[in-house]
Amino acid sequence: MDISAIAECRADRESRQVIVAELPAVELNQRLAGIGILVQIGPFIVRIRSRIEGFAGLLQRFYANFPVIPAPAIADFHVQLERPQNIRHWLRPQALFLLDGQSPFLPYPLSHAFPLFEWGLNWGIAMQAHQYLMLHSAVVERSGRVMLLPAWPGCGKSTLCAALVNRGWRLFSDEFGLVRSMDGHLIPLPRPLPLKNRSIEVIRHFAPEAELGPTFHKTRKGTVAHLVPPVFSVTQSNVSAPPAWLVFPRYRANAPLHLAPTPKQQAFLKLANNSFNYRLLGLRGFKGVTRLVRDCKCYILTYGNLGEATDALNRLTES
Amino acid sequence: MTATKYKGSHNEEILLTALCNPAETVTFTMEDWDLLLRLARRTRLLGRLAACVDELGLMEKIPEKAADHFTAASAFVDQRQQTARWEINWILKAHEDMNVPIILLKGCAYILAGLPPARGRLLSDVDLLVPRDALDRVEQALKADGWEFVKLENYDQHYYRTWMHELPPLRHPDRGMEVDIHHTISPLTSRLSPDTEELFRNSIAFDNSRLRILHPVDMTLHATVHLFHDGEFINGLRDLVDLADLLAHFGDLPGFWQQLVERAQAQRLGRPLFYMLRYTQRFLDATIPEGVLKSLCSDEPSWPVLRLMDVLVSWTLIPNHPDYPRRVTALAKWLLYVRSHWLRMPPGLLLRHLLRKQYMRWKNHRSTTMAQAGGG
Repeated sequence: MDISAIAECRADRESRQVIVAELPAVELNQRLAGIGILVQIGPFIVRIRSRIEGFAGLLQRFYANFPVIPAPAIADFHVQLERPQNIRHWLRPQALFLLDGQSPFLPYPLSHAFPLFEWGLNWGIAMQAHQYLMLHSAVVERSGRVMLLPAWPGCGKSTLCAALVNRGWRLFSDEFGLVRSMDGHLIPLPRPLPLKNRSIEVIRHFAPEAELGPTFHKTRKGTVAHLVPPVFSVTQSNVSAPPAWLVFPRYRANAPLHLAPTPKQQAFLKLANNSFNYRLLGLRGFKGVTRLVRDCKCYILTYGNLGEATDALNRLTES
Repeated sequence: MTATKYKGSHNEEILLTALCNPAETVTFTMEDWDLLLRLARRTRLLGRLAACVDELGLMEKIPEKAADHFTAASAFVDQRQQTARWEINWILKAHEDMNVPIILLKGCAYILAGLPPARGRLLSDVDLLVPRDALDRVEQALKADGWEFVKLENYDQHYYRTWMHELPPLRHPDRGMEVDIHHTISPLTSRLSPDTEELFRNSIAFDNSRLRILHPVDMTLHATVHLFHDGEFINGLRDLVDLADLLAHFGDLPGFWQQLVERAQAQRLGRPLFYMLRYTQRFLDATIPEGVLKSLCSDEPSWPVLRLMDVLVSWTLIPNHPDYPRRVTALAKWLLYVRSHWLRMPPGLLLRHLLRKQYMRWKNHRSTTMAQAGGG
């Protein structure tokens, strides 16, 4: 092999985007313990550091296909998971979440380091990313158009989102509807999708092929298991899309399927009240929500059966 | 006082360059930006930088990510400022039928009077000064309209009412903004006793309103006292930026500098004024007329004290690199905290207060960790 071939080979590696899965375990561990790795998660660059054993493995599993960004770059979030230095750590090992060196929460049990990372990053985004209108909503895409499923916790939004993602929809987010002010497009933020308590079994049954990670018991939100975000959703995460459907879902055990249009003024109020930063953005928030409600067909959905619900939503997009 | 430009570490240089010369940020590398955004956020100056960069029309010339952070920070600052204006309207409405003059202090004064420190300034609460004889009526009127004391331990209530210069913080349950009602600008226990009546006499009224702001000289001195006498240095750099702005803005008023020195010396505030001028000049390139510093010679502390202050202030003012926090910074902060309390109250009371605070911190820590252990 001559010199130019070696140079070309290096250039090839440098120009091609490296993903988290491609980092050798030793290198990943070293970098997490040292300067950290920069991971592109949706529109954000997150710098992640941790010396917690086992965290690297979970990160690599859930964020396998996410691009690793070469330094130097501006990181939107500097995240660190560490074991707090106190006497308790001998008795009851704990994990502490740090956002740019400061810890907004009390420590979690050490075994919950990964859910803590997910929850902490959500918190950071909600507190900081006011360049977007942030709706509290699951967001999925099909044939270039976005469906928003805004709901309060407990309405089955994550479960429905997981079900749709396993029926061909592209995952934008199960939590954040990020609206870009410039054109009203939704910005993808695919992440591991947390399923809680009974939803875990429901999704295992509904989509046996879905890849779920380990189950975390007795977390702040009960038992949690994360769905690994589909490869396609991750590789397409730089492709935004305009909103087309606004569906307010509500799960009720054994309830018959009911999907009906809802007046836009009601949709407006529901959406605005369910936003992370509608009030904070003032006029920009008002304009954002108005535009979105105008551009969308608005529905309410009550369901007791996940299969019926996904079929009905699929039909919506075909009509 | 030495006039040589202060030279510090890389993070100091990045942050101070951006604050003093926002136009220079267009030459920053990605690493510089990453660090600058972190330092500015930590010192609550991100919104301020955003306003300065935007004012110069440079938003298109900086990295897109930096512009995103600036947009987000500006939205946050705007909302806090608007909330403060709204809160002040509600406060005026609560006192509609009372003829009580209200002086806006600190951030609120800058914002409502449109003074330069208002640019991108993050507000944490609404600070107002009312005449002492009207304090009870003001408190009753606010409570009647729904304001409540932010939940405090009995000791804290006692601390505020007996020893400090303000009511315990109030908050309306419909809105999040904290309201601090002061009746003098220095604690009752402090060795200083500013003449509050004179502050009211010199204050300046807004058109058609009971709202007032302090006279420029008093406003500057008040911010100085807050930072270099009895304040706690929590947002030290932000407060120093306020002062540099005030000096630049009021410096052209006829007689400003002379009155500033005279009034400070008459109120035995020469020392804090000396520190303020020294550090605005050193860190933020403030322009101070030659004669002003000379006239404060007698207020300059002895050489060892001055060196100690220099070190403590520079450690505390500029945050560490977020990835490499230093323990000495925490020590410097603690020393300045103790110093501010020392200036605020007599030694016996100080000892009692600090012990009490430490005990309560310990107790709170115990109860939260135990609650967590129980619930976790």
